[in-house]
Amino acid sequence: MSDLVLETKNLVKHFPLTRGVVFKKQYGAVRAVDGVNLELRRGETLGIVGESGCGKSTLARMLVGLETPTSGDLFVQGKNMSKVGGEERRRGRRNIQLVMQDPYTSLNPRMTVGDIIGEPFQVHPDVVPKSQRRGKVQELLELVGLNPEHINRYPHQFSGGQRQRIGIARALALNPEIILCDEPVSALDVSIQAQVINLLEKLQNELGLSYIFIAHDLSVVRHIADRVAVMYLGKIVEVGTEDEIYESPTHPYTQALLSAVPVPDPTLRGQRDQIVLTGDVPSPADPPSGCRFRTRCWKAQDICAEQEPLLQIRDKSGHPSACHFAEVRDVVHATE
Amino acid sequence: MSSDVNVKLDALPGADPNALPLQVKDLHVEFRTRNGIAHAVNGVSFDLRAGETRAILGESGCGKSVTAQAIMGILDSPPGFVTGGEILYRGVDLLKLPESERRKVRANRIAMIFQDALSALNPVFTVGFQLAELFRKHRGMSRQDAKARAVELLDLVKIPAAKQRVNDYPHQFSGGMRQRVMIAMALALDPEVLIADEPTTALDVTVQAQIMALLAELQRERNMGLVLITHDMGVVADVADRISVMYAGRVIEEAGVNDIYASPAHPYTKGLLESIPRLDLKGQELSAIKGLPPALTNIPPGCAFNPRCRYAQEVCRKDPAPPLYQVSPSRTAACHFWKEVKGDE
Repeated sequence: MSDLVLETKNLVKHFPLTRGVVFKKQYGAVRAVDGVNLELRRGETLGIVGESGCGKSTLARMLVGLETPTSGDLFVQGKNMSKVGGEERRRGRRNIQLVMQDPYTSLNPRMTVGDIIGEPFQVHPDVVPKSQRRGKVQELLELVGLNPEHINRYPHQFSGGQRQRIGIARALALNPEIILCDEPVSALDVSIQAQVINLLEKLQNELGLSYIFIAHDLSVVRHIADRVAVMYLGKIVEVGTEDEIYESPTHPYTQALLSAVPVPDPTLRGQRDQIVLTGDVPSPADPPSGCRFRTRCWKAQDICAEQEPLLQIRDKSGHPSACHFAEVRDVVHATE
Repeated sequence: MSSDVNVKLDALPGADPNALPLQVKDLHVEFRTRNGIAHAVNGVSFDLRAGETRAILGESGCGKSVTAQAIMGILDSPPGFVTGGEILYRGVDLLKLPESERRKVRANRIAMIFQDALSALNPVFTVGFQLAELFRKHRGMSRQDAKARAVELLDLVKIPAAKQRVNDYPHQFSGGMRQRVMIAMALALDPEVLIADEPTTALDVTVQAQIMALLAELQRERNMGLVLITHDMGVVADVADRISVMYAGRVIEEAGVNDIYASPAHPYTKGLLESIPRLDLKGQELSAIKGLPPALTNIPPGCAFNPRCRYAQEVCRKDPAPPLYQVSPSRTAACHFWKEVKGDE
C-alpha cells in the first residue's frame, strides 16, 4: 500500500446557510462535496470531470488544505491530515501543490516572477537554503520552458500560456509528489493548451509526479488521465480507468456527458446518438432524494427516489458505478 | 410580423432583395491605442447565404469578435475604427448608412448573441421588460401586447413556466437559461442573420448541447443565416456549413466544413486540428503549434503565421502576405505552400 500517495475517506464539505445577523441560525447547508472516496497512486494521473457546481473545485481546495473538511479523512502518504497538527501537517501539505485555473488572477501583479516562484520557500525555509534560492528559481523557470533571465519580470509581461507555466513552476518549487491541477488549461487557446499539456506530461515523466487533474474538457482529461472519476452534485457517480469510463461508461450521467461532447469530425454529424439532457443541475442546497441524478435521468424509476445507489461494481464492466441500472451503452466518442 | 421597417430598407441605396443577406468585403478595422495602431481586422471577406451556418474560427485576439462588432456597428469608437471595406446587407452597404438608419437594421434584420449573457442583459430590469422593449421601440406595440409577445418568445426558446419567469431578473436564471433569454431577444424581430459570438463557451457541455440544438432548430424554422464565432472545433464540426479560419486579423483559409477537417490547406488550420487531443494519440506528445500569436500592433511582415510555421521559407517572410489561393473551386487558402500542406497527409 506504500504505492498510495493520497487517499480520501468519505470526505464531506457542507457550507452552512444562515439567517439573521445577531442571532444566526443555520437553516440548511450547501452540500458541495458529500462523501468522496478517492485513491491516487504514485506516478498516476487521476482525472476528475463534472459540470460546474458539481463540487470538483471544493474537493480540490480541501485536498490542498485551503478548506477544512466538514467530516471525513484525508490521507497524504498514509498520514491522516485531519488528525496531525503543526509541523507534521505543514510537511504533509508541502507534498501536494496546486496549479490554478486562471493564470491572470492567480499571480500577484505586483510581485516579480522570481518572488512569486520563490514565495513557497518563505513558508518552508528548510527546502532550499537562502543563498541558493535564486538559482533554484532560475532552474525552475528553465524546467517549465521559460527564459531564466526573465526572473525580474512581472506577470503582465507574459502571455497566458507563459503565466500558466509560472504557476506550474511555483507548484513545483517545494518538490511535491502530488500536483493538483484545477482546470489548468481551460483559460488557454487550443494551440497553447497543447503546449501546457505536453509540459505537464514531460514533468510527470521526469519528476515522477502524481497528478490530480480537474477539468471539464473531457477530451483533454482523456488524453492525460490514467483513471477518471466523474462527479455529479458532490458525489462521485462513476470511477474507472480512462478506457473503462470512455469506452464503456455505465452511469447514465457519464453517458450523457460523453455524448454531449462535440466531435471534431464533420463526417460523424448526425450519426452520433446524442443524449440531450433536459433541465439544469439541481441546487446542491437541496439535492434530490435517493439518486441525485434521477431528476434528469431517462432511466429513473421509483427505486431511484427511495434508495441511494452506492458506488459499487454491478455488472461485467468491472468498474464502480453509482446507478441501480448501470449498464453499458454504445456511444460515439469525443475523441475518435 | 409587420414590415414597415422592411419597406424603408428597400428604399435604401443599393437595396436588392435578391442579394445575399450578408456579405463582408475586404473589411479593415484598427484600434488606435497609446501603444500604436493595432490592426485587428485586415481585409476580411465572406458571404452568408440564407439558412447557411458560417463558422468563424480562431483563437483569442485573431479579430473574430471585432469583425462581428463591426458588422453590428457596435464597435467601441474610439479607439476602434472601420478603415475600409464594405458590409452589405441585401446589397445595402451598412457602413455608409447614417446611424439612424443603421439602428433599424440592427436587431431587426441582423441580430447578435453574446458569450456572457449575464453581462449582456441589464441586471436592473426584468427579462420580460427587456424583451418587450424591443417590440415597443421597433414595432411601436403597447406595453401589454409587447409583454404578451415576450412570453411567447420565452416559450419559443423552451423556458419552462414562461408566464411566471417573464417577471424574473437575469440573475434568477441559470447560465443556460440566460443564454436562452439572449437567443429569444435576438430572434424577437425575426432577423435574417444571427451572429453568435461564442454562444456556448461559458456553458457546460450538457447545456451546450441543449443550446446548440435549440439554435439549429430555430435556424431551420426561419431559414436564418448564422455566423458562428468560436474557437471550439468540436462545435464547428457539428453545425457549420462553411468555415473561415482567422489568424492575426486575416482569413487564412475558407472552405466547406468537410474539406477543412479532411485536408486542411493552411499550416495554421492543420496545427489547430492536430493540437486537439485524440484517442489514437493517447500517451503521445500533442503536436502543439510552437510560439505565440503575434501582437496586433506588430504583425510580422509577409505571412503573419511564418514565425510559428514549419513550412515557412524565405518567400513567407517577405511582404506582401500570401494571397488567398484558389485550392479548389469552392475553397481558398492563404499559404504559398498549400499544395504541400494539403498533400502530406
